[in-house]
Amino acid sequence: MSGFISTTPAQRDAMLSRIGVSTIDQLFEDLPSEHYRPDLDLPAGLSELETWQLLRKLSETNFDLERHPSFLGAGAYRHFVPAAIGHLISRGEFLTSYTPYQPEVSQGTLQAVYEWQSIVCALTGMDISNASVYDAGTGTGEAARMACALTRRRRVLVLDTVNPRYREVLATYASGPDIDVETVSAFTARPDGTLGRMTDFSSKIDDSVACMIIQQPNFLGWMEQVEGLSEALASVGAILVVIADPVSLGVIRPPGAYGAGIVVGEGKWTGGPVDFGGPLVGMFACRKDFVRQMPGRIVGSTIDGDGRKGYVLTLATREQHIRREKATSNICTAEALIALATTIYFCHLGPVGLREVAEQSIQKAHYLASRISQLPGYTVQSTVPWLYEFPVHCPKPASHVNEALLRAGIIGGYDLGLEDPTLAHSLLLCCTEVTPRSDIDRLVDVLGSL
Amino acid sequence: MTTTEHTESAVHAGAPLRPASGHSIFAGRQEGIPVVFEKSVKGRRAGKVPALDVPTVDLDEIIPAGERRHELPLPELSELDVVRHFTRLSKRNYSIESEFYPLGSCTMKYNPKIDENVAALPGFRNLHPLQPASTVQGALQVIYDIQRQLAEITGLPGVSTQPVAGAHGELTGILMVRAAHLKQGRMRRKVLIPDSAHGTNPATAAMAGYESITIGHDRITGELDFEDFKSKLDDDCAAIMITLPNTLGLFERRIEEICRLAHEVGCFVYCDGANLNALVGQIRPGDLGVDLLHVNLHKTFAVPHGGGGPGGGAICVAAALEPFLPAPLVVQAHDGSFAYDADRPDSIGRVHSYQGNFNAILRSYAYILQLGKEGLGDLGANAVLNANYMRALLADDFSFYVDRICMHEFVLDGRPFKEFGVRTLDIAKRLIDHGYHPPTIYFPLIAPEAIMIEPTETESKETMDAFANALIAVAHEARTTPSVVQNAPHMTPVGRLDEVRAARQPDLRWQAPVS
Repeated sequence: MSGFISTTPAQRDAMLSRIGVSTIDQLFEDLPSEHYRPDLDLPAGLSELETWQLLRKLSETNFDLERHPSFLGAGAYRHFVPAAIGHLISRGEFLTSYTPYQPEVSQGTLQAVYEWQSIVCALTGMDISNASVYDAGTGTGEAARMACALTRRRRVLVLDTVNPRYREVLATYASGPDIDVETVSAFTARPDGTLGRMTDFSSKIDDSVACMIIQQPNFLGWMEQVEGLSEALASVGAILVVIADPVSLGVIRPPGAYGAGIVVGEGKWTGGPVDFGGPLVGMFACRKDFVRQMPGRIVGSTIDGDGRKGYVLTLATREQHIRREKATSNICTAEALIALATTIYFCHLGPVGLREVAEQSIQKAHYLASRISQLPGYTVQSTVPWLYEFPVHCPKPASHVNEALLRAGIIGGYDLGLEDPTLAHSLLLCCTEVTPRSDIDRLVDVLGSL
Repeated sequence: MTTTEHTESAVHAGAPLRPASGHSIFAGRQEGIPVVFEKSVKGRRAGKVPALDVPTVDLDEIIPAGERRHELPLPELSELDVVRHFTRLSKRNYSIESEFYPLGSCTMKYNPKIDENVAALPGFRNLHPLQPASTVQGALQVIYDIQRQLAEITGLPGVSTQPVAGAHGELTGILMVRAAHLKQGRMRRKVLIPDSAHGTNPATAAMAGYESITIGHDRITGELDFEDFKSKLDDDCAAIMITLPNTLGLFERRIEEICRLAHEVGCFVYCDGANLNALVGQIRPGDLGVDLLHVNLHKTFAVPHGGGGPGGGAICVAAALEPFLPAPLVVQAHDGSFAYDADRPDSIGRVHSYQGNFNAILRSYAYILQLGKEGLGDLGANAVLNANYMRALLADDFSFYVDRICMHEFVLDGRPFKEFGVRTLDIAKRLIDHGYHPPTIYFPLIAPEAIMIEPTETESKETMDAFANALIAVAHEARTTPSVVQNAPHMTPVGRLDEVRAARQPDLRWQAPVS
């Protein structure tokens, strides 16, 4: 027996005899015999040592960002993760448990999810949170579907300053139910190549609109002008959907304070390494009166027969295993362990720690921007409020700049020309609290030498 | 402890039976653990950030006055507070590392620890998903290789690892079906789904814009009702979603005929791969005529379930459907290097922000490498051997919803206990007092009072013997001392929880008491 099987040949024979057959093949007689036991074109199994050596070597061919300066954000951000988190989520009781279907033996996971829901609500200023969705991209798709179900409308507006990947996932999610997604311009390229912000969307808002989706801060790192937006939408019965970065919520007011109906966020970066983009964890919160249309699992507090407090999965009548084709979504559990990591992160940082992480990210990015703006040929947007990410107009195409930076051992920024050819000279740069000044100064030196 | 001793001690309702493995979740009622917010002490903190090494600007010059946040109600704790709180929470959990987890349809197998170490390698963890392809060749090779491994294992050549869960893979697959029909110029309206299917199947069909048409099952064979299928199949059917083996743990013996008839009217065959564990190394769904299948990497291969994710839901498809796979795909260039292929005009688009759950893909890749060809064959064979052995152990004390050789799981019929006033839920809760997580209950929906058991291939004969003894002891209790069973569990930190109250008076988050 290979693999991770503990049955010995003698035990196997005893088991077959108890079943009343003499070979394992007899258990597979229902399978079409001409296709039974295919000759798989796969190599022989490796030992643990060989597996380790092979994969460690493979991992070393990658450009590990702890060993190279990087200014790449564009939706995925590196933050410092306190050591306690990795240790706690590696505990077998969290790591190797299943979805908490039997609450009496799953109070640990259930209470942790209740705490996640509480923290998501505290951060976003919303009433209700679910147990998580897959990521912010699919969360955006779910939010659009939910808004359409709530308003019984089919038209969704999304600003073009929303992360392009989230918009791509939204388009995929919208294709099935025939939701009409309309992209609304929220920035403009000026003749000098710099970018300007657009804030008046009133011409787009009418009573056919289910929701408008915005991102705060947006994909360009800027703050959107949100004042009056939810009121304009509410006046036609439409919902404001906000995609929020949890780190920013340490210093800027939460979407609940400016009238968001649904809030989505990416929770991965505040709790774990970037992990090549997965697994992620989507935060998903909404107003109290929207809860019956919420996708995903929800945990609630209740009591047992003796009045002892405990936690259960609740409001399941929204869900696929009960409602089947009438469910709010097909999603089951999503990313519980990553949500746990993020929950622990926010408990570890607390309000002061989170504000400091946000402030340091902002200060470092603004220092970088001020240095770059002194370089001849480079222009930094300066009129729009922004936090820790910003576009720079470069004297050369951003792709060339990135290549030159890579030759110098630096992962540059995000080439906005990949999204829009007219932005080919725009490079999106980001700093977080993990970016040392020495890396920033080195980047500026290399940029200045191009 | 023997079965007889179990039975005797069980007569004393609520008396300790056996704290299995000394685990504290079987040690009787316990004080609740305060919500983490309740431990907050103003001014306490766990860590500090380094001194800022750049000149600073006044934040008021950066953030408009009206947009600043003034209150952030997060808990304030020391690191010891945090570590102790979550360690204590963890001790209120059942987990596969300390106990047997016979949840039918969930495939709770053991995942080797080397996979954790591989997934923790800094050269994999500290990679930004948008780094240039030239700087992540090792990571792209992992994705490329597992695409090929999954293609070989399933017999379906087109693979995307973007979907991150089984239900997500289903949605991806059915959107591909939709795109393929639209490409041929006609939107079909219906998806056929057997009544034994997981609820995700009809929910997925609805999300993709289809009407679900239910197909019945044959009460004797436990398989799909073939005549019902034929009568409902027409050229307005976009796909049939079929689970193989089905949720009763039985192989659909007419699968090739089903595929042939579906294809005759241009209907695709989607296989829900939730039960693929039974088939790995034994048969390839693609060889039978299946067009699409999602692989739950966390069930079939090696991703710890994490209390409900992350997992992986890779989608595997026949050649004709490859153009519709989510973009980008990872491909190999002529020079041997790996790259993203985003130029896929017929693709349904992106279903995840990046390349799916890379960390889960990596664990599964390491697992497949370790098992190799022979190990993969042993996987399916032993999953089926263990299920049939468990079934044989229980045959004298339980009846089966369908009585025949099963695949990787089987369904007990809980109805005979009704005459003692005991329901399946009671049996499940009493099993907890005996130290076991209950099997899946009340699923599939077609089997009333269902108890669905899946041992998986990694469990030993001794473990299965002990579990069968416990379940038989509970059956005996149900017949002789039903009240003990009806009021279980007695040994857990909390008793049965009031789910009606939870739904009617929702308390879904902690809120500071109003002072």
